Amino acid sequence: MLELYGKTLSSRLLLGTSRYPSPAILQEAVRTCGAQVVTVSLRRESGAERSGQAFWSLVRDLDVAVLPNTAGCHTVKEAVTTAHMAREVFGTPWIKLEVTGDDELLQPDVFGLVEAARILCAEGFEVFPYTTEDLGVAHRLLEAGCRVLMPWGAPIGSGRGLANPWALCALRTRFADVPLIVDAGLGVPSHAATAMELGCDGVLLNTAVAQAGDPVKMAGAFARAVEAGRMAYLAGPMEPRDLAVPSTPTLGKAFLA
Amino acid sequence: MRILVNGDWHEVQARDLAGALAELGYVGAVIATAVNGEFVPQDRRAGLSLKGGERIEVLAPMQGG
Repeated sequence: MLELYGKTLSSRLLLGTSRYPSPAILQEAVRTCGAQVVTVSLRRESGAERSGQAFWSLVRDLDVAVLPNTAGCHTVKEAVTTAHMAREVFGTPWIKLEVTGDDELLQPDVFGLVEAARILCAEGFEVFPYTTEDLGVAHRLLEAGCRVLMPWGAPIGSGRGLANPWALCALRTRFADVPLIVDAGLGVPSHAATAMELGCDGVLLNTAVAQAGDPVKMAGAFARAVEAGRMAYLAGPMEPRDLAVPSTPTLGKAFLA
Repeated sequence: MRILVNGDWHEVQARDLAGALAELGYVGAVIATAVNGEFVPQDRRAGLSLKGGERIEVLAPMQGG
């Protein structure tokens, strides 16, 4: 079981709600993969169209926990204000904290991230910081009060997989008791399985499912990959070797030359 | 007075934020508000006087990753 800020989850796959072909497909994808946490955002609402109300109704029907994000925020003030607004709308202290530092790669501004995390943790928020794999930043985020780390796998929406698996291993080793959720950049289920085999506690993904040819089928595939990777981690993978080691016993081999 | 709501100018009769929101079609909607970049909680909207030219943000749940 995965525990995030006191909430126990049987699914280790957290799913985004954006970019699906239709609301119905989003709902079916969430149900198929068994995600118990979905990410959501806040955007401008028209008094005439009120499109956000229909989306919120759809999410509530899913009966899952919501993790609001601060996507698109470039400053500490924007992120903190958005978090306040999200807490009121969604009724949760959870916040996926994003402070964008680069518009091309959507790389986190880790300086702003730490500052915003410190403010929000002090105000009672339960912060899920979208960060890089940097160990020093991770230390600062934990000192700020974060009790979960969400290092990126690769840039958001890139589908490139784990750009720096060694660094994720280092994070796992250094912060053995902190839940690690790989967030962003995964493209195919094997990426998720690899993250889990490395000992990460979960994955958060969106585009890889939403933009698949069949998002529902892909959601199911990711769920199985996450489960397989977790089981493999718990089973204790063998150490790789440089030379071959025969798997069939050599003792008792017939002399037939 | 004219106020800027989500980037568009609107003429409203109301003098406070709650009244302006009602005029603009947000009655009963799940929204969060900010005035001039500062968060205004739901329970303070009724008491918040508006002045012409002020900048209002009205946000609602939306898809997100």
